[in-house]
Amino acid sequence: MSSEWPLWEVFVRPRRGLSHGHVGSLRAPDAPMALRNARDLYTRRQEGVSIWVVPATAITASSPDEKDAFFDPAADKVYRHPTFYEVPDGVQHL
Amino acid sequence: MSDVDRLLGFGDDALIAAQRLAEWHASSPEMEEDVALANIALDQLGAARLLLTYAGESLGKDEDALAYLRDDREFRNCLLVELPNGDFAVTMAKLLFLSAYQLPLYTALAAGPDERLAAIAAKARKESAYHFDHSSQWTIRLGDGTEESHRRMQDAVDDIWPYTHELTAGEVSRSDWLTLVEPVLAEATLVRPGDGGWAPDGGRSGVHTEHLSYLLAEMQVLHRAHPGAKW
Repeated sequence: MSSEWPLWEVFVRPRRGLSHGHVGSLRAPDAPMALRNARDLYTRRQEGVSIWVVPATAITASSPDEKDAFFDPAADKVYRHPTFYEVPDGVQHL
Repeated sequence: MSDVDRLLGFGDDALIAAQRLAEWHASSPEMEEDVALANIALDQLGAARLLLTYAGESLGKDEDALAYLRDDREFRNCLLVELPNGDFAVTMAKLLFLSAYQLPLYTALAAGPDERLAAIAAKARKESAYHFDHSSQWTIRLGDGTEESHRRMQDAVDDIWPYTHELTAGEVSRSDWLTLVEPVLAEATLVRPGDGGWAPDGGRSGVHTEHLSYLLAEMQVLHRAHPGAKW
């Protein structure tokens, strides 16, 4: 057994209707304990209604070196952005 | 037992448990566990404040007077909560046994005739459920873990077990308490100690172990040296 607990990434859904968002990471010996630690570390001030914990090793991340090829081509294609209509009053999460 | 002694018993259990758990602060095995134990300590302290405030009203004393200005013989907590933390396994055994008592206790009080006590208990009950879950998780992992962790967890259960009889001598029955504790010990591959042996008590009437005085000295020194001190 390694002396250090594995790393877990924590995602919290702030309230119904919103997506889970990444809030941080923590160390825990296994998934159930990771969930409990996440409850103590990230939701003790009622920040959420649902928590996901994911082993950090299970996440595949885009490489900073490929940033240009990945993201720059989207920059000059304004028609991809929903900017050509009015957002109705009262819509908070679009 | 008078109504006030009964309330003091509930409140002092929570207060002394909070003080003991807070001793882990900044010295837990892992940072995450440090936060978890501090959270649980604060849950206990919150319940203690409500219960002692309520108990103090009929005595003409506020929560601070009850927490900081009573001597050991005036405390009504069970002996289990004042026992030293020992290693992490002992702390988890104490928390498991305490929460398996507080959970059915608060559940019953929440449905009781005293509306104010019922409101306090309804809030504390959810916290106790979490304390029971947290200590169960660790008892199972340590008991069903390595050879060393199993040995330490079994030692802790054996050492603390005699003090649990005082918990179940009052409003929570032994069978209700065992209903919660036994499945955890079984899953943890731990041997459930037998009943019928040494069963120390006296906490409810103010006769404590030597450990309580030292705990109180540390908890009360500031208030006694500087009466009315505020942050």
